[in-house]
Amino acid sequence: MSRISLVAGRIALSLPTIFGVIVISFLLTRALPGDPAAYFAGPTATPESIAEIRHSLGLDRSLPVQFLAYLQDLATGDLGRSISTGQSVLSDLLTRLPASLELTFLALLISLLVAIPAGILAATRPDGIVDQATRFLVTAGVSLPTFFTGLLLLFIFYFKLGWAPSPLGRLDILYLPPPQLTGFYLVDSLLAGDFETFRAALAQLALPAITLALFTMAPIARMTRAAMIAALGSEYIRTARAAGLSRRKVLFVYALRNALLPVVTTLGMVFSFALGANVLVEKVFAWPGIGSYAVDALISSDYAAVQGFVLTMALLFVTLNLLIDILYTLLDPRIAHES
Amino acid sequence: MRVDPTTGEAVPLPAAPQGTQGRWKDAAGERLRLFVYVARGSTTTMLAMAMATLFVLVAILGPAILPFDPLASNPQAALQPPSADHWFGTDNLGRDVFSRVLAATRLDLGIAFGAVALSFVFGSLIGALSGYFGGWVDAVFGRLIDVIMAFPLFVLAMGIVAAAGNTVENIVYATAIINLPFYARIVRSEIAIRREAGFVQAARLSGNGDLRIIAVHLFPNVLPPLMVQLSLNLGWAMLNAAGLSFIGLGVRPPTPEWGIMVAEGSNFIISGEWWLALFPGATLMLAVFTFNLLGDGLRDLVDPRQRT
Amino acid sequence: MNDVPLLQIDDLAVTFETRGGKVEAVRNVSFQLKKGEALAIVGESGSGKSVTSYATMRILDRNGTVAGGRITFGGMDLTTASEAAMSDLRGRELSMIFQDPRSALNPIRTVGRQIEDVLLRHSQATRHDMRAKAIEMLRKVKIARPEERYHAYPFELSGGMCQRVVIAIALACDPQLLIADEPTTGLDVTTQKAVMDLADDLRRQSNLSLLLITHDLGLAATYCDRIVVMERGRIVEAAEARTLFAAPRHPYTRRLIAAMPRRSAGLRDLLPPGDTKRAPPTRPAIAAEPLLVVDKLTKTFGPKLGLPGRLFGKSEAPAPAVDRLSFILHRGESLGLVGESGCGKSTTSSMIMRLLDPTAGQIVFHGERIDQIPRARFASSPLRARMQMVFQDHTASLNPRFTARRSIADPILRLGRRRDRRSLDQRVAELAEKVSLPPELLDRFPHQLSGGQKARVGIARAIALSPDLLILDEPTAALDVSVQAVVLNLLADLRAEMGLSYLFISHDLEVVRLLCDRVIVMRAGVMVEEGLTGEVLTHPRADYTRELIDAIPSIEPDSALPNAPVTDDPAAGVPAAPVR
Repeated sequence: MSRISLVAGRIALSLPTIFGVIVISFLLTRALPGDPAAYFAGPTATPESIAEIRHSLGLDRSLPVQFLAYLQDLATGDLGRSISTGQSVLSDLLTRLPASLELTFLALLISLLVAIPAGILAATRPDGIVDQATRFLVTAGVSLPTFFTGLLLLFIFYFKLGWAPSPLGRLDILYLPPPQLTGFYLVDSLLAGDFETFRAALAQLALPAITLALFTMAPIARMTRAAMIAALGSEYIRTARAAGLSRRKVLFVYALRNALLPVVTTLGMVFSFALGANVLVEKVFAWPGIGSYAVDALISSDYAAVQGFVLTMALLFVTLNLLIDILYTLLDPRIAHES
Repeated sequence: MRVDPTTGEAVPLPAAPQGTQGRWKDAAGERLRLFVYVARGSTTTMLAMAMATLFVLVAILGPAILPFDPLASNPQAALQPPSADHWFGTDNLGRDVFSRVLAATRLDLGIAFGAVALSFVFGSLIGALSGYFGGWVDAVFGRLIDVIMAFPLFVLAMGIVAAAGNTVENIVYATAIINLPFYARIVRSEIAIRREAGFVQAARLSGNGDLRIIAVHLFPNVLPPLMVQLSLNLGWAMLNAAGLSFIGLGVRPPTPEWGIMVAEGSNFIISGEWWLALFPGATLMLAVFTFNLLGDGLRDLVDPRQRT
Repeated sequence: MNDVPLLQIDDLAVTFETRGGKVEAVRNVSFQLKKGEALAIVGESGSGKSVTSYATMRILDRNGTVAGGRITFGGMDLTTASEAAMSDLRGRELSMIFQDPRSALNPIRTVGRQIEDVLLRHSQATRHDMRAKAIEMLRKVKIARPEERYHAYPFELSGGMCQRVVIAIALACDPQLLIADEPTTGLDVTTQKAVMDLADDLRRQSNLSLLLITHDLGLAATYCDRIVVMERGRIVEAAEARTLFAAPRHPYTRRLIAAMPRRSAGLRDLLPPGDTKRAPPTRPAIAAEPLLVVDKLTKTFGPKLGLPGRLFGKSEAPAPAVDRLSFILHRGESLGLVGESGCGKSTTSSMIMRLLDPTAGQIVFHGERIDQIPRARFASSPLRARMQMVFQDHTASLNPRFTARRSIADPILRLGRRRDRRSLDQRVAELAEKVSLPPELLDRFPHQLSGGQKARVGIARAIALSPDLLILDEPTAALDVSVQAVVLNLLADLRAEMGLSYLFISHDLEVVRLLCDRVIVMRAGVMVEEGLTGEVLTHPRADYTRELIDAIPSIEPDSALPNAPVTDDPAAGVPAAPVR
């Protein structure tokens, strides 16, 4: 089968998953504790106003009808209205999404840049000093509660040392946000040639991104090490060595390319970790992304906002997984054969 | 024979059980001996085992060993730094942070153990049936697991607790649901690769039925990787539960719980009262670290080659 | 030929650092290899033959070190050469090919690129002509359509073709010495012959020296001038191939040669010279009534397609794995089912054992249509106890968490009459004695037993319920020859003692000859020939059978074999029953 039809197949395969995600998120919406209408009506509601809201929300109809209505709402991008901001949940989420994505991607970039070399180094000398150290640090890293690491870093670098700016958003108030193109301040400021703003944005991003990176490094480093050890111990490496290929070629072309396949597969899990931990990190650093939005909404019982957030995160994650899948399909020639 | 790195003594490899008594049950004995043997070989694993025991003891003894009432406030003694009386200092209401951290152990470990136990039982069951029977059973369960895994897991837990109600039980259920896929997947794949193994075929020829083969012949062989997962998962379950409380779900003040204590303490960091957040946070980290180390040690025990 | 040896090994010792301390894998190993000569190192598992070759290439695992001795290649001491110098030599002066060719190739790099990597490394090609040279190498190892195969990934090629690619990589830079480590283990005999003939041709063309590492004396005899025999890390004997087989001096060599199934030997001849059992095994009287009737048995596996495949792909009906196979097995008879991998012999045995449902056809056992009994119900049917099986992979066929005792007792507990602990213990002890398993081993777990001991446990379990029919699925394929000899004799004795019928599945015609009255040869799911074992082996009617027989490497050159092949019991007592 050609690669294009393979990719098409992967996309087709993710459709049932997306449907499942929508069903679950619908069920979560219905399963609101007590009477959702009462929640939406607020504390001062009368029985009449609750009944009215119930009717206007369509809660008096049968579940399948409600599900169809829900689908219809989704199709038109209607995720409901947030009580706390008074805006439509969709527009709230869309304005905040770039902030979350910028944080998550930068964190993943840092973590890949550190974890993959560390994993390779550890694998070339198993049980050596680098290996032991990596193993210890990586286990410690995955044991860190992100909200606690974040606070700790803030305490040290902001409160004690004063190196980091105050944790209040994406940019110090002295600066103006760069003209919006991608929504990522780092990219936008570079595109605008504004290095001053770039530095300011990076300063704000550094601590939260490092906090998040510390947490996601562990699975990548572990998998890189394990996959490299497996690859280096394999028979094709023995053949390559017996043919006199240089150590460099054996390590990077023969072993690493094979070892990266399982690493790509773990990226899905890493994204899941990162998106979850993202919520906590945003809360700690008052980062204006969708995570802190959801936490605020939780506290004010703003359920439409919470459910909109859960659905957005799930769809985002499904998309990322799809990209990983496609990447894998393109990397591994054997996939085409197996299907 | 091998040389014990800690003592330099030669340690005999676990020998075959001697004698004729208890022939049929010696598998358990041998495993225990192997465990002790590996634990002696690795100081880290031994340390992790000791610390895990300590945590469990504190959780069991709970109220009996607290120096102060974790809920009793004392405005005169508010926000005192760590001292000989108050090892971890006092919080804004003058409660002893050390007592609160100890008291929280039971709740935090309880949530984690409860959630992991639930996902272990149901995940193994789902995984075993899917792996052994394949076909539509596998397809249905597989879809279910896929949909759970399609959510970022912590976010799904948030959604479940928000929807089902803000209680401790719901934290346990939510954590169990997001852990379930790991068990189901491990058991499924471990059973699927052994489904047609020679010893399973032989068991069929010996007249074992399907359920008996799963329970008696296959499941014990899947246990080692499961135990590793169990230990690693305990740490992760604790992180999730504490994370949920940190953002205000599940446990509510004034109940002592590590996540919520960090959240409350975070307001005081800026004013320099670091001990409110540090001690519960560090304890949580230590507990998670302990179970992760233990899981690593168990992994070595199960398969030294798979060590990562 | 030049008199200065190309490779000279003096007093080599290799040790391994293991969890259990230092282990000396090879010691006092000395031999030399001249330019253009072919030398074989023969030994059973654990003899140190592979370690010697790895030490020569300096590609020992990290925990292995050369503890003493010298390895001189073209005047250069390889044990002290720098890693850079070694890396220059490997692939250019000394090359190596390995067992399991498929995993010896990088799975995600095209074979063309892999050959080019070596050519570039040793400056035998430039970026401009490397492609042409790689294709030329593929042509040289007789791969059809080399321009096309240049782009192939290893998984797209058969095992035999992969081994040709590995040979192409090894010979790309025209080395002086080729080390072949069990190059054909796991390949079918006909493929083995093709690959070895090719390597032999190429060797003669360029006056290459060959060091063949093998467990197979026949292979060594066919392709090598001289043979070195190793046992437990030492060389026990070294001689010209002809001399070695004519007059082996060392007792181990004698035992090894004796244990090899060959045309001139009966079952008892395989046993070590000191063994007291000499009388040929008696065989049970073969009854006229059939025990098992297989009629037009067919199995077609469904196409393996994922959802996208089902949605977008075209489904073609695959060729049946077993196609209308019919035969009869009489009570007391031993029937061989022979063929190469993929011929459907294992599928057939699974269907007869009711582990797999047939697509069509009938299986009648003890007069009952067992193919119509649902699999789940057959598990508790009284007939289940009447047929049992011995598996090829003895390690995999024992539950790693069961002791030998529990494994043997399992069928008795499940299908036997309810027994109390005491009589159960007694029965297990009895069975252990029957298969000559020392009783003190009964409480061990599989990982604490040797291959031969595990085989005995598997056999004891299979006969625990005194079945009528025993299916033996390549029961000795995974064993060393000396252990194989003992196990084959044990099987023959058990058959005589218990009046068993055997369905013996094997790829090895020589082994089948020793144990079977009749033989069926299968290819691609179809029976190609059937007849009395002695007749089929001496006068094969089908071309394929002849090809199979010719491909078996033998230590007995045809000219030196005036007398006809011997079977223990030349076809006596087999009723002239209709076969189809």
